[in-house]
Formats: sequence, C-alpha cells, structure tokens
Amino acid sequence: MSTRLSKAGRLVDTSKSVAFTFNGKKMQGHAGDTLASALLANDQMMVGRSFKYHRPRGIVASGAEEPNALVNLGSGNTFEPNQRTTTTELFDGLSATSQNHWPSLDFDIGAVNGLFANYLTAGFYYKMFIHPRPLWKYVYEPFIRQSAGLGKAPKDTDGDRYEHFYAYVDVAVIGGGVAGLQAALAAGEAGAKVLLMEQTAHFGGRAPVDGGTIDGIEAETWIAGALARLDEMPNVTVRRRMMGAGVYDHGYLLGYERVKDHAPELDAPRHRLWRIRAKQIVTATGAIERPISFAGNDIPGVMLASAVRDYAVNYGVAVGQKTVVVTNNDDGYRTALKLKELGVEVPVIIDAREEGAGALADVARKAGIRVEPGKAIAKVKGGKRVEGVELCRMQGNGGAVIETIKCDAVAMSGGWSPVVHLWSHCGGKLIWDEVESHFKPDADRAPTNQDGKPFVITAGSASGPLGLGEVLADADAAGKKAAEAAGFTAASTPAPSGDARDETPMQPVWMMPSDAVYNLRMKMWLDYQNDVKVSDVQLAAREGYESVEHTKRYTTLGMATDQGKLSNINGLAILADTLGAEIPQVGTTTFRPPYTPISMGSIGGAARDEIFQPIRQTPIQQWHIDNGAYMEPVGHWRRPYTFPRGSETHEQAVNREITNTRTNVGLLDASTLGKIIVKGPDAAKFLDLMYTNMMSTLKPGKCRYGLMCNENGFLMDDGVVARLDEETFLVHTTSGGAAHTHAHMEEWLQTEWWDMKVYTADVTEQYAQIAVVGPKARKVLEKLGGMDVSKDALKFMEWTQGKLGGFDARIFRISFSGELSYEIAVPASQGRAFWDALLAAGEEHGIMPYGTECLHVMRAEKGFIMIGDETDGTVIPQDLGLNWAISKKKEDFIGKRGQQRTFLAGEDRWRLVGLETVDGSVLPDGAYAVVHGHNENGQRTMIGRVTSTYYSPTLGRGIAMGLVKHGPERMGELVEFAKTDGSTVMAKIVDPVWYDKEGEKQDV
Amino acid sequence: MSEAISALAGANTEGFCRVSELGLHGMITVRGDLSNADLAKALCAAAGVNALPEVRKMVGGLEGGIAWMSPDELMVFVPYSQVVAKVEELNDALAGTHFLAVNVSDARAVFGIDGAGAREVIAKIAPVDMAPEAFTTGDLRRTRIAQVAAAFWMAGDDSFRLICFRSVAEYAFKLLSTSAAKGGEVGYF
Amino acid sequence: MLTLQCPYCGVMAEETELSAGGEAHLKRFGPGSTDADFETYMFMRENPKGVHFERWRHANGCGKWFHAARCTVTLEVFGTYTAQTSVPPADLLDKIRAARPGFKWREFE
Repeated sequence: MSTRLSKAGRLVDTSKSVAFTFNGKKMQGHAGDTLASALLANDQMMVGRSFKYHRPRGIVASGAEEPNALVNLGSGNTFEPNQRTTTTELFDGLSATSQNHWPSLDFDIGAVNGLFANYLTAGFYYKMFIHPRPLWKYVYEPFIRQSAGLGKAPKDTDGDRYEHFYAYVDVAVIGGGVAGLQAALAAGEAGAKVLLMEQTAHFGGRAPVDGGTIDGIEAETWIAGALARLDEMPNVTVRRRMMGAGVYDHGYLLGYERVKDHAPELDAPRHRLWRIRAKQIVTATGAIERPISFAGNDIPGVMLASAVRDYAVNYGVAVGQKTVVVTNNDDGYRTALKLKELGVEVPVIIDAREEGAGALADVARKAGIRVEPGKAIAKVKGGKRVEGVELCRMQGNGGAVIETIKCDAVAMSGGWSPVVHLWSHCGGKLIWDEVESHFKPDADRAPTNQDGKPFVITAGSASGPLGLGEVLADADAAGKKAAEAAGFTAASTPAPSGDARDETPMQPVWMMPSDAVYNLRMKMWLDYQNDVKVSDVQLAAREGYESVEHTKRYTTLGMATDQGKLSNINGLAILADTLGAEIPQVGTTTFRPPYTPISMGSIGGAARDEIFQPIRQTPIQQWHIDNGAYMEPVGHWRRPYTFPRGSETHEQAVNREITNTRTNVGLLDASTLGKIIVKGPDAAKFLDLMYTNMMSTLKPGKCRYGLMCNENGFLMDDGVVARLDEETFLVHTTSGGAAHTHAHMEEWLQTEWWDMKVYTADVTEQYAQIAVVGPKARKVLEKLGGMDVSKDALKFMEWTQGKLGGFDARIFRISFSGELSYEIAVPASQGRAFWDALLAAGEEHGIMPYGTECLHVMRAEKGFIMIGDETDGTVIPQDLGLNWAISKKKEDFIGKRGQQRTFLAGEDRWRLVGLETVDGSVLPDGAYAVVHGHNENGQRTMIGRVTSTYYSPTLGRGIAMGLVKHGPERMGELVEFAKTDGSTVMAKIVDPVWYDKEGEKQDV
Repeated sequence: MSEAISALAGANTEGFCRVSELGLHGMITVRGDLSNADLAKALCAAAGVNALPEVRKMVGGLEGGIAWMSPDELMVFVPYSQVVAKVEELNDALAGTHFLAVNVSDARAVFGIDGAGAREVIAKIAPVDMAPEAFTTGDLRRTRIAQVAAAFWMAGDDSFRLICFRSVAEYAFKLLSTSAAKGGEVGYF
Repeated sequence: MLTLQCPYCGVMAEETELSAGGEAHLKRFGPGSTDADFETYMFMRENPKGVHFERWRHANGCGKWFHAARCTVTLEVFGTYTAQTSVPPADLLDKIRAARPGFKWREFE
C-alpha cells in the first residue's frame, strides 16, 4: 500500500492539513501536495479506468506527462473533466471524481471489454462497423457515441473568468529547472528582456530530487540563489504556474498561466493566456522518463521510477511498501537507493543489461539491495493493484519464470527522452541519439523566423545531455546565444560547474523480455490512455501501415490528451522493429501545440457574455429597446425588425406599420446607412469609376441613386449619392456596407489610381439618420419648423441643410418606399433628442416608428431591389433590369469589362420579375422555379428562384421578386415553384412594381 | 437646440484602474499632404499646438491636440463647442488646397484609463508592446482592442486616452472595464 | 501568426492587425482588353513554392495598403514596400536573388 513516510517531503507542509474528496470519500492531504501525491498518501492506488477496456489504472507519472490519472474536478459551474491529478495542486475543499467507469470505479460493467480484448485490436472499429452500411447510422454510431469520449462535457456555464495578455520580450525561457534558470540568468545578464516561465509552482525541476552539486553547493541552495539573482534583475520577469503551450511562426509563443487553479477562493481570472512575441525562445523543457513494455505494465502500482522518487522526496509518500525497480539504465538505481534511504523495502533491482550498472550497482549492493542484471519482468501480477512480479531472463520469450517476487509497486525506467515538443511545434528537426536511444533536437535545423534566422534554442536536458554539469553548460550557452541573437552581448563568465555524468550506458529495451510471446505482448501497454498495446502496433505494421502517421491514426497511439508523451518512442521503436527498419527511418509523428491541453476558457479569454462580440448601436438604440422593439441582426448592428404593440404578433405589427406609413406617416431609424465623404479635384472622375452610372454630371444640391460593382461585374452595393459641392460628394451605402465600401474605395485609390487627388472619410456614425415617410411626412417637418421643405423648395432627389426644429439637419428628399419621404441627418449626439422631437411633432398625424420588415415590404411593393436579397455576388445589374443605371457613355467603370463577357451579356440569364401566386399565398423564400426534366445531379430542372417574398397588406396578397430565365419576356405566364413540403405552387410572372407605378406619390 | 449627449453619457467603472467615458470632444479628421506648410500651420493654429505630431505620436490633449493617424491623416482635437467653427476656419484658411477636414466628433467615443496598471488594461486587449520602455507619454497606436478598431495614446504616467467608433462604445467600455477588473492585475510592467 | 512591418507607420504588425489582399503587381485590363488579358488579370495567379509578392493592408492600423515579399515555405519576409509601385524594388529583388538562387516569379528571375 502507498503511505506517507515519516520523513516529510520537501514541498509539503505537514503542519497544514488540507481536506478533499475523491469519489465522495473524504480524504486529508498536506499543503503543498498535488492531488496525485495526496491520493497516494491515502492509498488510493486506482484512480480511473482506461478508455477502451476499462482496465483499472493508477498514477504513472508525477508531472504533465501523466496519461492515466485524469479526473473530473469541481461541480456545477466549476466542473471540468480530464484534469491531471499530477499537475493539480491540492486545495481545501477540492472535489474529484474518477472517469470512464459505470456504475463505480471498483465495479465497472465496461470492463467486460477487456474480456474481448482479443477482438478489440487495432482498427477494430474500422473493420467491424463498416458492414452492413445501414447499421452504421442506427446501431453502430449511437453505440460508439455512447461509449466514446474521455470524461464528460460540462453542462453548466463556466463560472470563472479568463483573459489574454500581450507581452513582447527579447528572450522567453520555457522551463524553470536548473537549465531554464541558468539560461535566464545568462540572457538576463546580457541585458536582454527575459520572461522565464515554469509550468509548476516550483523551480529547480528534477535537480533537488536527483541531488548533486552546482558550483560546489547543493542544487537546492543554488536554485534559491539563482531565483534571488533573477529577482534582482529589472529586465527579467519570472512567472510560475505558466506553461509554454505552443511555439508558432515569427516568434509567437502562447503562455498558459493557471492563476488560481491552486487557490479557487482568489478573486482573479482563472487562466491567463499570454500571447507573447519573443525574438528568441529558449526551451528548457527537460526530459521525460520512458516506461518499459512488459506484461501488466498498466496495473496500478507500476510507475515511472523518477515519479516514485519524486513522490518520496517531494511529498514524503511511499508508493509501495515493497518496490521492485526495473531499469535499463543507471538512473533507476537512484530510485532504489533513495527508497532504501527512506526506509522503504526494495526487494530487487531488475536490470535488463547483461553487464548491469557500474558504480551505482556497487552502491546498491552495499546498501543491501539485490541486483539482478540481464533479467526482466515476465509479467506483473495483480489486478487493481500490484501483487508481485515474475522474474525471467531478458533474452528469451518469457516462458521460463525464474522466480515470483512479492511486491506492491514497480518502479520502471526505460531511459530518458528530451521534451522536444516546443522545439518541434514550428518546424525544429530531430536527430536520433544512438547512445541514449532518444530523439533530440538537431541544433542545425532550428525553426526559423521572419528573417530566416533560427529563433528556438534548446537548453539543458531538452537538448539531450542528462548529466548536471553538461546540462548547466548547455543551458548557459543557450541563454547567451539567445541574448546575442536578440542583439545583446553576452558576458564571458563561465557556466556554473556541476557534477559530471559517470554512468554505464543505457541499453534500449523496447520490449521485455526480448522475444516475448503473444499473450505477453498483448498485455504490454504502450499508450495507457488510449489502450494501445505492443501487439496492436505490430498488427498495424503487418497490415501494411508503414508510415508512423498512419499507424498513429490506425491504432490511436499517441492520440489521447497526453499526446503520447510516454508512448511515442516505445511505439515507434516497436513499429520500426516490426518493419525491420531503423528507428530514425520511421521517424516521429508531428508535435503539435498545445504541449498539454489548455482550457477552452483561456482560448476565448474575456470574449464571452456581453463582450462575446461587438454589437453596434445607433444613438436611438435605447428608445427601440425601451419600446419593445423586436431586434434583428444586420451585420454587427441590431435593428428593430418591428415594434409590436400589446398582444400583436410580429406579422400584425409589420402590417400595421406598413398601412400606417402608407396612410399617415412612419419613422425609421436609418442611422446604420453607410455615409462616406469623397472629396477632391478628381472626386467626380473617381466616382464615375466606382459607380456604373455617371456621377460627374450630378449637380450640387442633387441626389442620384447609384450602383457599385466589383471588377467581375457583379453588383456589390447601392445607395444614394449627394453632391455637396463641386469637389465633395456624400456617398450612402447599404447598412453594414460602409466599412467594406470605404475599404474598396481606398484600395483603388491607394493601389491603382494613386495619382488621383481624392480623399475619403467614413462619417457613418457622425450622424443619426431618420427617415420620415408617408403622405403626412411634410406636415411633421413643417411642425418642427425652420426649413422650407415644400415640393418646390426641396424637390424629389434633392438635398438641403439648415436648422430643423433647432437641430442642425441635412435633409435628403429620397424615397425607398414610394411615399413622400425625407431622410434627415443630425449629429449623432442629438439623434435621440431629434427622434423624440419627431415623435412629438408627428403625434397629431398618427406617426409610428417602423422596422426593417416594413421597410422591406414597402420597397418590394415598389419593386426596389435589396443588396443581399436580389444579389448574392453572382448577379449583375442587367439581371435586375437596372440597365438604366449603367452608363453607356463612360469608357470605363469597375465591372464594365467583366460585364462584357459573353456568359454575362447573354439573354439566357435569370432576370428579375415580380411573382404572384395564383392562390394569393406567400411563396417560400428561396423557392426554385422548376420545369419538366432533371439535371445531371438528379434534381428537377430549375429555371429561376425567389429572391424576396412577403405578404403585402397594401395589396392583400403575397408578392415576390425573383430571377427567372427569360423572365421579362414571359410576363403573364405561369411558373411552378417548389415548396418546402414537397408540393408546388403556380405563380404568375408580373411587373415587379406593384405600387404606384408612375411614381406620383413620392413626388408630391 | 437640445443638449448633445455622448454615447455613454460619462459612464465609469473602478477596477484596479478607473475606466471612464469622457464625454464629447471636438474631433476633426484631416486628410492631406502633411508636408504642406500651410496645412501644418492652419492645423497647429486650430489645435493650439506648435507642430504636427511625428509618426505614431500625439501632441497636446483632448482640448487641443493633434494625433497622427496615417501618412496622410491626422485627428485634430478641439473643444466640442468649437468644432463646427474650427472646420469652417480650416476650410477658409486652406481654400484651394487639396485636403479634407470633416467633423467626426459624434462618430467617436473617448475613454480614459487611469491608475496604476493602466498599461496592463490595454495589454490584455491590444497586440501592442505596452512596456514602459516601448510605450511612453505621447506615443500613440491605431490598432484593435479585442474585436474593434481603436486608437489610444499615453497622456501621462498611468494615464491613457482611447477613441473608438461611437456605435461600439458600450462594447469598448465593457471590454476595458473587464480588463481592469480587480483581481486581474498581472504585475508584469 | 505572421508579423509584417508596415512601411508607412513602421509598426511590426501581427496578422490580426492586417488583412491579406492576394497577389501583388497585377496589371489591370479594363474595357477594350482581350478576353485572354482580362482572364489573366482576374484569375490567373502565381502559386510559388518560394518567394511570393503579396498585397497586405494595415487594416487595424494606419489603413494603408502595402506590398510584401514572403516565402510561402519558410515564411521568411524579405521586405515590405509601398503599394504605389507596379514592380518590386530592385534592391529587394537583388536580396531575394542572393538568398534564393534560381528564384523566379512571373517575369522576374
């Protein structure tokens, strides 16, 4: 069983007790514990079940590489699945539950999958569920969806807040072990602006556990000194609980800071995502120990030897009372010796190497530990926890068991692999190190930045070396190199000295024993989280998956949340062996960010709730909200769709607004209309190029409706252009089209016609613009007084300016409804007051505000097109019968050449007509006109479609606009339209102008 | 004439910094040849400053100042009550010169971010190096804050001014207030 | 995420301040041009594995369009320059030729 040792761990405060629960069971830990160390201290060996076979699983590691011990943390609005116990700092009241089991952790139905393990091999799902096809949708997929997925998605809204932070540094150092500290010191001393981040709460990495001396003093003392020196440097920032999550192009680096995971009571953002630009990035990310593939290596109690050491030294926790050490290198001996020193029994050190270790083996034997070189574990005995190991010869198939050794924990060490993820994220290449049997960064093929220069440098054991002295020398050089590359001059001070590595070389062990039989191989786990075994990778290789990337996807090796931190090298070594290839030829899969999963909250940052996205508001917005407007999105604007009164439906409200506007007077907040000033000696010439029609002939004081196309000839925007003076135009655009149209103008001015003397300015939001529409509109304005708005003083398609009811107003006499209509612009800051004044002045005339739907119906009754309804980016003005607005005199305008292409100039285009159903019903929006026959896709042959469709209260029937092949030549004919329920309806082709064809009403 | 009202009518919040909407200010977008001495003279006179700002700089303040916006664009700040007259004066003084002066006072919202940590409030939402050695009094940036365009400058120690479009004033205000919420101090600068 | 230096305001702008505008130095063909010329202008684009000339706009910044020479493979940026030119600057071309023997882009090599 795992228990607390009498000697306190270096990171825990035994005087402070911390209460927490696991699966509802109350437990106690110490301040400074991780959830993993506290669980182990409570003898909670089994912490979850595996993904596929639901096998019992225990803690394997002591850090970010942990594949097994994932739990649900919190509840309600703090619930989060898949949290690694090894990186979760314990706090009072923490509540954790285990995953992947039903009904309970100890008794789990899904574990029957394990009985069928012979059938659930690599590619099982692909092979099994492909036939018969119909079963997929109704049987297989629902079944797989039910059982798939790691943990459960949260149901409640996240109760925490998150944020981003932009930082710009010369040198970012990732990793706060001795290498990271030394690299930061070297770069900081050179004067570089340094940001050092450490993913845990503690600095120093493995050195305080592994021991050794630096510059003649204990590693732990040196670390404290290094931190103190960094603290004194104003150019260095040190952050803990911050992980380098990803390295991206041009020195972009994401830092994931867990601000209050360890202390939920803090009133602070939970996570902060640092968006860092670094001239140079030093990855001092250390190395991760590899497991060994022997049968039963996933039974709770089998753990990395370094983790066993960490729990003992850092947290004062003995993972077992009798711990067998199995290793292929000298480092495993350190665990045995440390355990022995702390009074934990070590029955045997099983060393796969025939010659065993050198000096450390002698030390172990002197300490009274049995050492068995050339041996292997044939099998671990036990189910929910380790009960013993079967010893066999390393060379052989494991059939001949020499002895069964009782134990309750196994510490395994398969050698060390540098953490190359951050080096590799942005293209850093790797080379194979034959001596250590690991991939390490190839310093000659580093990721390059915008200048084509390397910008990532590895430091310490992340570069490959494992001895303290070599690590410090490498880190010192890395820090100096980074500072120099960032433009600083590094000091020539020597690197700190550290103990040299004096060890017997490791011997790669990819499978234990060397020629294990099949029933052992299918119990050898490579990827704990995804249940991938040695036998699965071998099967994949036999079935032809030669590429490591394919094998990964076929077997799911390394695809889990731990991204194969423990499994990758062992897996590809097995693949290489099966393929008869060398490991470097097989290569690694691609390392992708983030290094460990980061919260969705941190990615979103502050963008949630009210600031999820910007909502644009007009100066009159609050009135609309206060008066019950039903709003609809128009770009980022929210505009009133209609203003329902009492118990009115939206349809009733819209009909009332239309009838009132056509009878009395209506009021529309048109502030969202784009407004652009175009000024200069060449402004008229420029607008002639921008618009299809002639703008240069427009007289000051007049307005003209214009069409704007793109170079392809397709209609892009429309609006009324007013000429303010000889050199100045005010251009109106569609709502939401202002920024785009302004950018379009600037693009041509800056990149094609840069000699033109024209300046533009977007003044959309300078004005509140209100349309006063209806037969009584003039009376309302006259009531306000101050300006002559009579028929003769302000003619249709003219504008004027002055003081209207005391407001600075510019009045445009234009109409989008067919009624007498004035659009009045006042400064935005007076918009609301002006709106109120209009409502008051219009009260006696029955004035009512109206929304966008009323606007749409009224314009459709008049046959006016709407950009985005009648156009979709493939429609030219000629399709819409707007030839009158296309100048024949102009040599050039944007889109003119495009429109001359034969397929656009032909007569077979779908062109605009009005449509009336024979039964008076409203056509479905987007409905297609169909004729006999089918096209090449088996669909009914289509000859047109509905672009706008409404119920017209004015006409008392449904009206629609649509594009129909040869439409204008087919007036009066009936066309069949498909409805959404499968039936069809006949509609008559008519003139799209239903209301006041002569235009008398707007010109009164 | 009724009283003019700014987008948020002077709303403010207190976090670890004070975020306040600063009401109406006269703002004139000027486009022209910035090397034209006549233009420079007229603009300086209008704003009451001695010289046009250098690239990405602000001279003067909200009651009289000029901000660099682009190689052919400036923002001239004058008291709100004088802006209409100032535009007319500029047009008169520079008659015959190809330039554009347009009143955009009502098209913008102006915010103040004041207090220790003001740099951090902006560094959370704008892709700009806000370190003291990189951004000092008089420095100005046109950029984005989260999802909207904005321009800001450093008016003095721990004091920034920010302008954005009026229609997104509420978004900007809530964004800045969230950024300045207590407990969110980063402690970086 | 890329950074490009805006040649107008000097800002080292990250991509979120910029908007991409496709291939640079297109010659406009308007009314009167042949179908082939118009097609080339509208639709035919280089697709180099190597240095490309592109248009960018400092949209969330000074608003100006500019040109960039950028390697599509390594993302190395050889330079940015004004939009008011129809050909890349000679010194920039020299720099690219020196760094990338065999460089070819449209008529430039």
